[in-house]
Amino acid sequence: MTGPILRTMDLRKSFGELEVLKGIDLTVEPGERIAIIGGSGSGKSTLLRCLNFMELPTAGRVELDGALIGQVQTARDGTERITYAERALTQVRRRVGMVFQQFNLFPHMTVLQNTMEGLITVDRMPRQQARERAMAELARVGLAEKLGAYPSQLSGGQQQRVAIARALAMQPEVLLFDEPTSSLDPELVGEVLRTIHTLAEEGRTMLLVTHELGFAYRFATRVLYLYDGLVHEEGTAEQIFRAPQREKTRAFIERSSEFSL
Amino acid sequence: MPYEWDFLAVLAQWPLLLSGLLGTIKIAVIAIAAGVIVGGLVAAMRLSRLWPVRLLGTIYVDFYRNTPGILHFFWFYYALPVLSNVSLGPLEAAALALATQSGAFYAEVFRGGIGSIRKGQWEGAKALGMIRGQALRRVILPQAARRMIAPFTERSFEIIKTTSLASTLSYGELLYQGMMVASITFRPLETYTLLALIYFALLFSLSALAKWGESRLQAY
Repeated sequence: MTGPILRTMDLRKSFGELEVLKGIDLTVEPGERIAIIGGSGSGKSTLLRCLNFMELPTAGRVELDGALIGQVQTARDGTERITYAERALTQVRRRVGMVFQQFNLFPHMTVLQNTMEGLITVDRMPRQQARERAMAELARVGLAEKLGAYPSQLSGGQQQRVAIARALAMQPEVLLFDEPTSSLDPELVGEVLRTIHTLAEEGRTMLLVTHELGFAYRFATRVLYLYDGLVHEEGTAEQIFRAPQREKTRAFIERSSEFSL
Repeated sequence: MPYEWDFLAVLAQWPLLLSGLLGTIKIAVIAIAAGVIVGGLVAAMRLSRLWPVRLLGTIYVDFYRNTPGILHFFWFYYALPVLSNVSLGPLEAAALALATQSGAFYAEVFRGGIGSIRKGQWEGAKALGMIRGQALRRVILPQAARRMIAPFTERSFEIIKTTSLASTLSYGELLYQGMMVASITFRPLETYTLLALIYFALLFSLSALAKWGESRLQAY
């Protein structure tokens, strides 16, 4: 039995005066699929972005595969602070993949080049090998026909699938999805969710921040409801969506599914 | 009595004008090449994560932005030999003055181009595990370069026109040679008209070249 792949302890993040995360304890076991839901401003995206250090936590600890990220420094008054060296964060990001709301594909590279880029620049993989890996991942997301296209020539849904292939090519230990369908036209949401769903069936460790509660219900092995920078309630999808224990959770689920069919 | 134009007397002095044109091209090439290097360094300073380095870069740019170019020419030519033992010829002094001031302007072109790339591109690169330098080289600069072309061309044209200030140091560029031709021929009207045409032809053909270069970079 191996330990958790990812763990946070009392994770906090402030932007100036505003404290967005107020102490998050989260343990992610290998193979878990965690959906993070909550209202806007609840801190769910910030939490995800702290896990691969797109944002640096203000306080608290993050452990990847049992190893603390960053250096603990003890001040003279005994308080502990963690400092983060760029190199160490780079290695964490290499192992934790991220898919963004805005795709963030590189517009000057083709679909294939986008997918190969991390392997070539970061891993220094030989070009031929990187090409094969990238093509395999693009085939997995159903875009084997679009290798030579530029992102601007693709629909939003296709772009997001390229972004997923690009993240997969690095063979990350954990995959983070930050509202992957929020900037898509409604008719393009399905293809991206289907792609994410096939990854779920492969037993990958994934965390997903989403407004698509229906998808979260089917996707997640565990659901976190964030409210005001804290995990307000967590449980299985069944528990959170069908039998929420706390009033705020219940209200959020009701509000969010008010107009669903 | 209407003025009688006589370009033939002026055109007869073509060797002087040609050497002036070559002088202008020479100093412009030096100024632009050196300016790009200085500009790259200053832009890197202004984008540094260390604030003292950033401050130095800002002071440099502000100094050149807020002082007239001709003062730099005078300073390098007349003041430098007094303050140090370095005595520069007109070409060296003018080239140095132009290179340092163009460096300040190019730095702003480079910084502006890099700053115009949205944050998500940096994040996309970082999420793959790239360090800052890799992200800059592979993701940011290739996109920024395209946006830099137009302001870069604009700045370079300013520099080519500013080379005429080197005439104040008696450097034999186009304007200085033109003044000689005017005093030999007593035909200033024709001479300066012709000079304008030569400058126009030079810059216009360069801008056609720049447009062609820009269109070739519109790959995506």
